[in-house]
Amino acid sequence: MAVPDAWGPEEMKAQLVIEAPEGVSFSLPLAGPGSRLLALAVDMMIVVAASNVIEKVFSLLSLLSNDLGGALGLVAFFVFSTGYGIAMEWGWRGQTVGKRMLGLHVVDAHGGRLQFSQVVMRNLVRAVDMLPAFYLLGGVVTLFNAKFQRLGDIAAGTVVVRKQDLRVPDLESLLGGRFNSMLSYRHLAARLRQRTPPELAALSLEAMLRREDLDPASRLRLFGELAAKYRELVAFPPEAVETLSDEQYVRNSVEIVFRPRTALVQ
Amino acid sequence: MIVDLNRFVETSRPRWLRLEEFLRRMESDPLFRMDLAQAEELNSLYQHTCADLARVGPMAAEPELKQYLEWLVSRAYCEIHESRIQPVFSFKKWFLATLPQTFRRHVRAFQLSLALTILGAAFGAVALQIDPEAKSVIMPFAHLQGSPSERVQKEMAEKGERLSGHKTAFSAQLMTHNTRVALFTLALGVTFAFGTVVILFYNGVILGAVMFDYVVGGQTVFMLGWLLPHGVIEIPAILIGGQAGLMLGYALIGWGDRTPREQRVRKIAPDLVTLAAGAGLMLIWAGIIEAFFSQYHEPVVPYALKIGFGVVELLLLWLYLTRGGLKR
Repeated sequence: MAVPDAWGPEEMKAQLVIEAPEGVSFSLPLAGPGSRLLALAVDMMIVVAASNVIEKVFSLLSLLSNDLGGALGLVAFFVFSTGYGIAMEWGWRGQTVGKRMLGLHVVDAHGGRLQFSQVVMRNLVRAVDMLPAFYLLGGVVTLFNAKFQRLGDIAAGTVVVRKQDLRVPDLESLLGGRFNSMLSYRHLAARLRQRTPPELAALSLEAMLRREDLDPASRLRLFGELAAKYRELVAFPPEAVETLSDEQYVRNSVEIVFRPRTALVQ
Repeated sequence: MIVDLNRFVETSRPRWLRLEEFLRRMESDPLFRMDLAQAEELNSLYQHTCADLARVGPMAAEPELKQYLEWLVSRAYCEIHESRIQPVFSFKKWFLATLPQTFRRHVRAFQLSLALTILGAAFGAVALQIDPEAKSVIMPFAHLQGSPSERVQKEMAEKGERLSGHKTAFSAQLMTHNTRVALFTLALGVTFAFGTVVILFYNGVILGAVMFDYVVGGQTVFMLGWLLPHGVIEIPAILIGGQAGLMLGYALIGWGDRTPREQRVRKIAPDLVTLAAGAGLMLIWAGIIEAFFSQYHEPVVPYALKIGFGVVELLLLWLYLTRGGLKR
């Protein structure tokens, strides 16, 4: 069963939640009108560029037969402009060039496998979404639809989600292989592990995983605040922590929290 | 409570990677078919990963891992729980059986499509009789504005040479334009069929007005010879587009059907695509006939031959749609 979840003012919060019969639920982040519009712009540029190429190619053929060149050019343009979205989304499992660039893809609204008929339907109904001009109808419908569906998506039973290309979290490379001075005080480390609330642990791990994405000022401020929280929980002797930067303090704390076995036998 | 995440990841990682490998293979090859052992393994990997997700789920401490497992489960879910069959496509089977069977399964929508066009045609004929001055509004096409007799004389004098040198381009233009109209008529079904009804009625108005104009002008034979060879395929193709549009609208409205809207639409989607493709195919034929045959009139091609050709085509189309794919 798919329901919109976690509504908020930002499109980033919109999610499609699927409840599997196995008793678990998973969520797919829905793509908002902004990112979809950009993907559409890319695809339209491709269609326009390809149309120009088609025109040039068949104008060369017109040197042999003006009639045949014109006819083939017309048919080729029609087939490309109508079939581009269908062929790409079917061949690339819900992606066109624009969607791939923006990290979006079309999926079945119930989490099932995308069917050919769904791909065709959403692309055929695009002609209505484009009415009266500049995708106005489709755009308005998308804005007022809980799953950001345009008319084509409603007719086809599809939604557009942001593609997630995730890997198993590699804690070894993040936390391993470095000396942790705080572990010399095993009773304090055990206390820190006991006292750390899950929210702080999650936030710290997230900060460690994404630290390279932060600008220097934000990185200093974030790790400063996190380190202050850990210092409040357990006071380690100065000789164990005085030479540590805030980021090292957080890294050591995260290692104690998330890798207790490895950490405590070090 | 925070689990020993490192140990948990290390223990389960081989299963997750194996499931990822399975999914990558299935996603890259739509024709990939599993044997029983593979299907059992996939199911086992999926069940284990679901259990892992359930274990991590309530804890706020592992957002990255939870996100990864949700992503993995979502991809596997669509492969495991997809019950819609994806048969291997055979054009021969589709053309000889699937298309006519689909047409017959929804014949009431076709009848309604036909009725709307006939209603429009009657309106067009009556409107032109009441107000002949409205011709330019009802039939906004330059070549239909003059008197039918003048056009017939002109066409007969030209002996079909008017399109000489660009018949193929004209044919392609007809095919693409008419296919666009048929697909648009289908797509307008998404407006709860309101747009489809308008298009069918409007097409009928033009058709009725043209026919009335030529009949009153004493050019019935010319009109039949001109319209029948391509019209008996072209008009049903547009009606089939309308049939599909009405089906879509009906599924969206859902009169007397309490199943969810999404399920109603999903149920008919393959049939809509079949009808759209059928209409497109018919319009390719109609485009060829209109450019290379319909434009020739007497004395080049006798009207009797043109009318006879149209009648035979209509008969064959009727036989195909009503008898095609019948189980013996």
